[in-house]
Amino acid sequence: MYGFLIGVGVLLIFSIIWMVYRIQTLVSVVKGSDKKIASGSNRINAILFVVFLVGSGILMFWYSIKEFDNYHLPIASEHGVVTDNLFWITMAVTGIVFLITHVLLFIFPYKYQYSEKRKASFYPHNNKLEVIWTAVPGVVLAGLVISGWMAWSDITAPAPENANVVEIMGYQFAWEIRYPGKDKVLGDYDYRLITATNSHGIDFADKNSIDDFPSPVVVIPKGEPVLFKIRARDVLHSVFAPHMRLKMDAVPGMPTRFWFVPTKTTAEMREETGNPEFNYEIACTELCGRGHFSMRKVIEVVEPEAYQKWYAEQKSFIQVNPALASGLPSDTKELAEIQLTEK
Amino acid sequence: MSTASVANHDAAQEHEHHDNFVTKYIFSQDHKMIAKQYLVTGMFWALLGGFLSILFRLQLGFPEMDMSFLRPILGGWIDESGALDPTFYLALVTMHGTIMVFFVLTAGLSGTFSNFLIPLQIGARDMASGFMNMLSYWLFFLSGVIMFISLFLKTGPAAGGWVVYPPLSALEQAIPGSGLGMTLWLIAMTLFIASSLMGGINYITTVINLRTKGMSFSKLPLTIWAFFLTAVIGLLSFPVLFAAALLLVFDRSFGTSFYLSDIYIGGEALPNTGGSPVLYQHLFWFLGHPEVYIVLLPALGITSEVISTNSRKPIFGYKAMIISLLGITVLSFVVWAHHMFVSGLNPFLGSIFMFLTLIIAIPSAVKVFNYLTTLWRGNLIFTPAMLFSIGLVSFFISGGLTGIFLGNSAIDIQLHDTYFVVAHFHLVMGAASFFGMVAGIYHWFPKMFGRMMDAKLGYIHFWLTFVGVYLVFFPMHYIGIAGFPRRYYSWTNFEFANMYTDLNMFVSVAAIITFAAQFIFLFNFFYSMYRGRKATLNPWRSNTLEWTTPLHPGHGNWPGEIPTIYRWPYDYSKPGAEEDFIPQTVPLSATPESNLPHEQELVQAELDIMKEEEDVLVSNETIH
Repeated sequence: MYGFLIGVGVLLIFSIIWMVYRIQTLVSVVKGSDKKIASGSNRINAILFVVFLVGSGILMFWYSIKEFDNYHLPIASEHGVVTDNLFWITMAVTGIVFLITHVLLFIFPYKYQYSEKRKASFYPHNNKLEVIWTAVPGVVLAGLVISGWMAWSDITAPAPENANVVEIMGYQFAWEIRYPGKDKVLGDYDYRLITATNSHGIDFADKNSIDDFPSPVVVIPKGEPVLFKIRARDVLHSVFAPHMRLKMDAVPGMPTRFWFVPTKTTAEMREETGNPEFNYEIACTELCGRGHFSMRKVIEVVEPEAYQKWYAEQKSFIQVNPALASGLPSDTKELAEIQLTEK
Repeated sequence: MSTASVANHDAAQEHEHHDNFVTKYIFSQDHKMIAKQYLVTGMFWALLGGFLSILFRLQLGFPEMDMSFLRPILGGWIDESGALDPTFYLALVTMHGTIMVFFVLTAGLSGTFSNFLIPLQIGARDMASGFMNMLSYWLFFLSGVIMFISLFLKTGPAAGGWVVYPPLSALEQAIPGSGLGMTLWLIAMTLFIASSLMGGINYITTVINLRTKGMSFSKLPLTIWAFFLTAVIGLLSFPVLFAAALLLVFDRSFGTSFYLSDIYIGGEALPNTGGSPVLYQHLFWFLGHPEVYIVLLPALGITSEVISTNSRKPIFGYKAMIISLLGITVLSFVVWAHHMFVSGLNPFLGSIFMFLTLIIAIPSAVKVFNYLTTLWRGNLIFTPAMLFSIGLVSFFISGGLTGIFLGNSAIDIQLHDTYFVVAHFHLVMGAASFFGMVAGIYHWFPKMFGRMMDAKLGYIHFWLTFVGVYLVFFPMHYIGIAGFPRRYYSWTNFEFANMYTDLNMFVSVAAIITFAAQFIFLFNFFYSMYRGRKATLNPWRSNTLEWTTPLHPGHGNWPGEIPTIYRWPYDYSKPGAEEDFIPQTVPLSATPESNLPHEQELVQAELDIMKEEEDVLVSNETIH
């Protein structure tokens, strides 16, 4: 069906082109316009530029205003407010330049279209003008750079000591989450220890790993700093949480990090967006293979009290699967056994 | 000097007698024929690259569509239910990018116009080394054959994105395209780099050494400046890509660990440790960013020439344009890491690259303002080439301004690898360079083939393409701001990205129409080649040197002595002059009515030199 339609469309286009082409060639020969420097088409093209300017301008403003709530994602992190501000300031500055230059670019063709009676101005250069329009963008850009740089320095500064640590590990094609447990310290890992039951490659010989626990969703407290420790197991991935304005590549062999402060709980966001199904999501933004488009993880932002409660209730890797503790050196094994008897 | 060129010319004439079909059309060493070979090959690749993009646009715009009708060409990549294979989707994206960036906009654009215009516009008989020039084309051709073959492999062509980041591109277990497909990609790119280097060395040498008498650097057309600097950028950056590719070959085939470390894949832990995937990104973007300017500068050069000629006005700020080009050339080497703000790069390095990146916006802005001022109070003739050049300026503005968002590392956190980036680079380097290339074809077609292309078809082609390109790429800004990631087979898995199905459908339809419009151009091109109206010697009434050659310039370009240059190429609408253009070959002493005061001062010196030349010539004749 599609094949047939496309075939007809192509045929139609070709016959139209052919007809238009023959007719206009004959007409221009009859009128002798092919001998002129600028034929009547010159005027039509000039007018079309103005039509394009007005038409596309209206379309752009109409769509940008109408769709604002759709393409503007609500912000849910402290630094997101800053970067979004920068985004909209840049939008205003570049928007003005965009409009002015385009109005000139499309009005000039209309205004200065060819006329045999007129001669163009011989105007090869003007140093003053050139210095001005080198300096002005320089100053404006300096302003944008400096504000961007200050925001960037804050965002990439080391995380506060008390940050809640979550480890996110990317692999083809999902994310796995690890929390540091009661001791708030993540245990060592080694990719050579990865097995079907120990997908993180956690080194349980390290005492810090005994209380580490997994979670199917990323649970984080509102209003407290959160530090994502990010790594990858096979190829590059990238953690992208659009509402948090957060993105950082996951690199095999080189752990990365990103810290931020969530500002709205999932429940609050559900209210704000009027969508009872709303969830914060993590997507992958570094091409990683066949399932790149399906690496989804949900983030649940909760009140700090609820977070503490949830945190205390989680079962560690060893509690979930006691077999992981087998073959450990005696002192760590004791710790593991204590853990197991607790529940 | 002049006698030497006469002697050269005689040699050229003699050479022409030996031309047969093979040496004239296939293994030609004539820069004009090589340029045409590049052009036609580039057009083939553009068509193929465009077609691949239509395939993945069908998937993105109509995800539910039954694509069984594509099975005759895609075979097993369409599954039983008529859906496109997600792995092959990635292969399509990868090959579209590789083909368009390297084969169309690098080889097709630089290869065509540097080859065609450098000797003609600087007044040379041919390139410095005709043989190396031929070799350059045939290496490119071979590279293309290998890349083309890779499309038909059972495991598919390379599929790791056109940047082919390891470990994805290094490990066959990660994606099937990283097997033989990636091997062929690397071989093809190696040959391509060799081809580019040979071409580049030739362009640089020719511009420096073979300029005709009087053609100082300050009298070069901006096209030549642009081609020259493009070749310099290519010569300095392509070897780094070669190094990156070579190390990747080592990692893939010889068990080294330049880019690989701590990898567990396919149920086993690999032995590689100590490598860094980020190292590859540094090496790749050290070429990858200058590559943007390799693609763009020739287009800007062509536009400068076309806009000035058809505005009947000198280009505004000739010197400022050259300084901008130089500025862009230098800065293009120190901004690469802005592609890596969120790659795990040291944030301090990120700050430095943000500063450097935003500085490069200044010369770009100067260029735009100068184009606008050139149009101002001109006497504008809208040839198809002129329309495409104005289109280029528009894309350059639209795409350039979004670069200011992406160059700002704080804003880039959100926008990186979303459709905002796709919109940005397709406008500023894709569409803009493509428009420069098309403008060049319309403008120099009469010189290439001695006939005119049909203007009206050109207008239709322009308006469909110009509006079409905006309809395709402008909506992508909205999709990008909404956070839609690139290289996604579908967005339905995510709540934040499950809307805009209508907008994606719209983009796909616009893309198909824009692609179809290119057939108008193809028809016009091939039909006019044989049946077009015969061109006059200087159809655009232009000043540059190529229009002083015969309608069909032979091997050696000028039948007699190469003309001497007396003035810059932009004396359009000079006050006092009768015509609205004065070719570069007209001496200042012949135009006392239009000379500016400082030029009038040069007249006497010019006359003296001419007299001296004549004496030398006469004495030479008597000696012989």
